[in-house]
Amino acid sequence: MDNNNKLKKIIGPVILVLILAFMISLPLFAQNYTIILLRTILMYVALTLSWVLFSGFTGYTSLATAVFYGTGLYTAGVLNGVLPLPLLMLCSGLISAVLALIIGTITLRLRGIYFAIFTLSSVELIKHVLNWYEINVLGVRGHYVTRVDYGTVYYILLAIVVLILITTYLIKRSRYGLALSGIKSCEEAAVHTGVNATALKVLLFALSAFFIGMTGTVMATGMLYVDSIIAFNLNYSFFPTLMAIFGGMSSMFGPIIGATVFAYLQEYLITRSPDAYMFIFGLVMIITILYLPDGLVGLYVRIRELLLQKAIPQIRRKISGGKHANTAS
Amino acid sequence: MQILQVEGLSKNFGGLAAVSGVDLQVESGEILGLIGPNGAGKTTLFNLISGTIAPNSGKVIFNNEVISGLKPHAICKKGLVRTFQSCKTFPGMSVYQNVLLGALFGSPGKISREQADVETREILEFTELAELSDVPAESLTLEKQKKVEVARALATKPKLLMLDEMMAGLNPTEVAESMELVRKIRDKGITVIMIEHVMKAIMNICERIIVLDHGKKIAEGTPEEISKSKTVIEIYLGE
Repeated sequence: MDNNNKLKKIIGPVILVLILAFMISLPLFAQNYTIILLRTILMYVALTLSWVLFSGFTGYTSLATAVFYGTGLYTAGVLNGVLPLPLLMLCSGLISAVLALIIGTITLRLRGIYFAIFTLSSVELIKHVLNWYEINVLGVRGHYVTRVDYGTVYYILLAIVVLILITTYLIKRSRYGLALSGIKSCEEAAVHTGVNATALKVLLFALSAFFIGMTGTVMATGMLYVDSIIAFNLNYSFFPTLMAIFGGMSSMFGPIIGATVFAYLQEYLITRSPDAYMFIFGLVMIITILYLPDGLVGLYVRIRELLLQKAIPQIRRKISGGKHANTAS
Repeated sequence: MQILQVEGLSKNFGGLAAVSGVDLQVESGEILGLIGPNGAGKTTLFNLISGTIAPNSGKVIFNNEVISGLKPHAICKKGLVRTFQSCKTFPGMSVYQNVLLGALFGSPGKISREQADVETREILEFTELAELSDVPAESLTLEKQKKVEVARALATKPKLLMLDEMMAGLNPTEVAESMELVRKIRDKGITVIMIEHVMKAIMNICERIIVLDHGKKIAEGTPEEISKSKTVIEIYLGE
């Protein structure tokens, strides 16, 4: 039994390290297209994990992902050529985090649907303010972004994903992880037990925005051109949320699998049948919400339980059958 | 020594004066009962004292310090903690985690994880919940859930504990056990204010009782005095 548990504890990290090693060595032998595809997938994984970092922990559904992702894209355009990429990423990460602090301070007293709607409208607000500014004040629309080769972008995104995973793991293990599950299950009781819920939520929101903003800046280098309408696209708010629901949020693997499957599906469908793409997308979501309340991870857990339930009686029968055979002889 | 002073506390909800001009003093180490008909403003008074909602006027002084206007988590850290009428444990978390959260975040100053663990186990022992440590809180009976809530409150090392209908819905045996627990808590040096409808419990363990009606304090005294008070009898039984 002890050995079994030890094995289980070791097996997770070992698989993770193997996957990571594989991902790191991939650009050495894979085709260019594979790297480009994986770049998109890693981007969605980063966004989804960042979304889960805040919304999964606190239970507040944020639709502000596009604000922070857009800030990342847009900052890359505005500061193009001014700062080297690492500093630029740090810079847009911090700008996103500050924006999150402001939005969070205003809105995190709202609950449920009100919070979701406010965060959603903040995307539109920022988009149109910037658009107005570009047209009426600057007189010039959009910004160019210097290209960075796909391989470098791939490695940076991989690093961001690993960083988010480590952060999530550390928070989950810390005392703040416990406080956050308290907030999620009953916020009123949590604040009366000494948890400064507002501060905790706002800071976590900012941390999540920091990662999203950095991801945006890296991705901008592949777009060559950004303006406010392109940058602040509502889809960046919806996709990570849907991917997290699709994958399931009860384990860290859920969002990763959800984002991967979904991003691949998107890539596959958009090239083969662009008309059917949104239709199939919608269908998958409806089925998930109706029948898989805990996403793909939940499905896996359910199948495993079913198999175990079927397997155990069979094993029992075998054992008891053997006993009968013994007594008969 | 007075641990809590409430001066002219008022709260209106629209046109309704839920609590109006309530004064009360609580002596350190006593068990104070708070009774009154439904809608008398008892829970609102708890909400005002514990910082759930802010008063329209008046102030609350705890341990010689004005606490009205502070956030609930700050008030909790100062040593004033409450439980809820509709039981609010953390579903999805074990009994141990429920109480640990109180020890980690509610006590004044920062404590280490190890120390919080030791204190949590002591409190689970004290409230006779040790055997249920690993059970998810939401799967327990109402009585046990209420105990978990009290244990979580105790883990924050309070000086004053406010219990909101801890005994509602419990059977006579459970009521007797709860009464015993309240006495044990007081014997640890913790002052207790309790809202209760179970008269037997109130009359037995409280040293002093305050009666609220329509948001106003209408009587105050020992259980004996209250049970003989004409105004109280009128309110409870009608004229």
